[in-house]
Amino acid sequence: MATGTEPQPLTGVHDASRAAIAPRHLRTDRWWLAPAVTAAGLLAFVVYSTWRAFVNDDYYAAPYVSPFYSPCVADNCVPMRGGPNADLIGSWWGLSPALLILIFPLAFRGTCYYYRKAYYRGFWASPPACAVAEPHKKYSGETRFPLIIQNIHRYTFYFALPVAAFLTYDAVLAYRDEHYRWGHMGLGTLVFTVNIVLIWAYTLSCHSCRHIVGGKLRHFSKHPVRYRLWGWAGKLNQHHMLLAWASLISVSLADLYVYFLATGAFDDPRFF
Amino acid sequence: MTTYDASFRVWRGDTGGGALEDFKVEVNEGEVVLDIIHRLQATQVPDLAVRWNCKAGKCGSCSAEINGRPRLMCMTRMSVFSHEETITVTPLRAFPVVRDLVTDVSFNYQKAREVPAFVPPKGVAAGEYRMQQVDVERSQEFRKCIECFLCQDTCHVVRDHEENKGAFAGPRFLMRIAELDMHPLDAADETGLDRKRTAQDEHGLGYCNITKCCTEVCPEHIKITDNALIPLKERAVDRKYDPLVWLGNKIGRRSGS
Repeated sequence: MATGTEPQPLTGVHDASRAAIAPRHLRTDRWWLAPAVTAAGLLAFVVYSTWRAFVNDDYYAAPYVSPFYSPCVADNCVPMRGGPNADLIGSWWGLSPALLILIFPLAFRGTCYYYRKAYYRGFWASPPACAVAEPHKKYSGETRFPLIIQNIHRYTFYFALPVAAFLTYDAVLAYRDEHYRWGHMGLGTLVFTVNIVLIWAYTLSCHSCRHIVGGKLRHFSKHPVRYRLWGWAGKLNQHHMLLAWASLISVSLADLYVYFLATGAFDDPRFF
Repeated sequence: MTTYDASFRVWRGDTGGGALEDFKVEVNEGEVVLDIIHRLQATQVPDLAVRWNCKAGKCGSCSAEINGRPRLMCMTRMSVFSHEETITVTPLRAFPVVRDLVTDVSFNYQKAREVPAFVPPKGVAAGEYRMQQVDVERSQEFRKCIECFLCQDTCHVVRDHEENKGAFAGPRFLMRIAELDMHPLDAADETGLDRKRTAQDEHGLGYCNITKCCTEVCPEHIKITDNALIPLKERAVDRKYDPLVWLGNKIGRRSGS
């Protein structure tokens, strides 16, 4: 009769058929550093973006609108002259309008092949590092619910495109001054321009994008234009991790910049 | 020429058990770990079992774990370690041990047999295959594989979960499926073999959580995850999760692309 105290059969690197080595790993380098830094960075972003998304204030300082609140699709948005106001939802929505739009970039990044690696390693220790045994007794990967949902990444890419287009519009609006006159530039304009370049670079370096533009083909020779596009996407894709972090930081900095302006912490230095 | 005595800790044993044993072994300038293991065998433990062949990083025989990292012994220079460092060498920890540094890698041969081979196109005789370079260069990267099985060893899906070995082919053989699916002349589709679907349904593609350890340890620097496994996952999405592609296939507009 089972008492519940029987020793569990050893598995993984401690399976009876394998070399009898007690430690879970024998790595002597600082293998824990990369997942620790990754987890800390992602956690910092989650905390910051959650606060900013729910606070529902200080997201517009003419001519800049926080990328967390654009496009603003609820009735309770701050009016932004010539800005990304699009009252699609109506007045029934009482929460922060950021929540309506952030779900799209969040889903895009949450199912991104790079971020998956980052949080599987950093938060879930599956595995914590190469050849370092994971602590879980069972593993089914992305074969079943909920992780099988990661296969929707392609659709999140489709939705990320219009969001990036709106942020491009916002970056163009940043070439106005606080009185909405065109042909001006301040430090914020630079912040928004760099941010949108990084957002597009990250979006177009996506593995799904690379697949859709040409990777799915078997005969590149029959599709020279798509072959060229696939090549460009591949070159960007080699820097996907770098672009993921750079754009995550830049979008946070763009929002923080607007927050500082909106709260009067400092004035936007104008170049011309 | 610099010569010094290095501290080595080598696992010795067999299926009945074993332990790490300490040795001091002479090291000369320019040597690799396999040289030191050979000197150990020649001077101190003549019955030390080690599998090796080319000493040039091309046969994939001398795979082992050095300081806990899956590596080829013949491609690991002693100069990357400090003179004071103790270097630990163990057999691959994902496969059954045979003796000392030798493991039973037959799991990989079994998985290789489970992948259906290239299907020749109808009406084209052997020797008459013609392909354009742009159509084959993508999968040529995968042909660099020397089958050292370091990627199979480091993949946590089977390394940490023995029970997954039945369902999961491992990165090397999923890469083989990707290679065949990208092959411009493979006629598997015409015979009813859908490599994209079977990659997920029969070879366990969904177990891969793309944490890239296979890419990290590959001595041929093949971008296994980015260029084979993720594209294969995207191809499986084409088949199983994309209604637009499904519709396109149904009306016959996407065949033979």
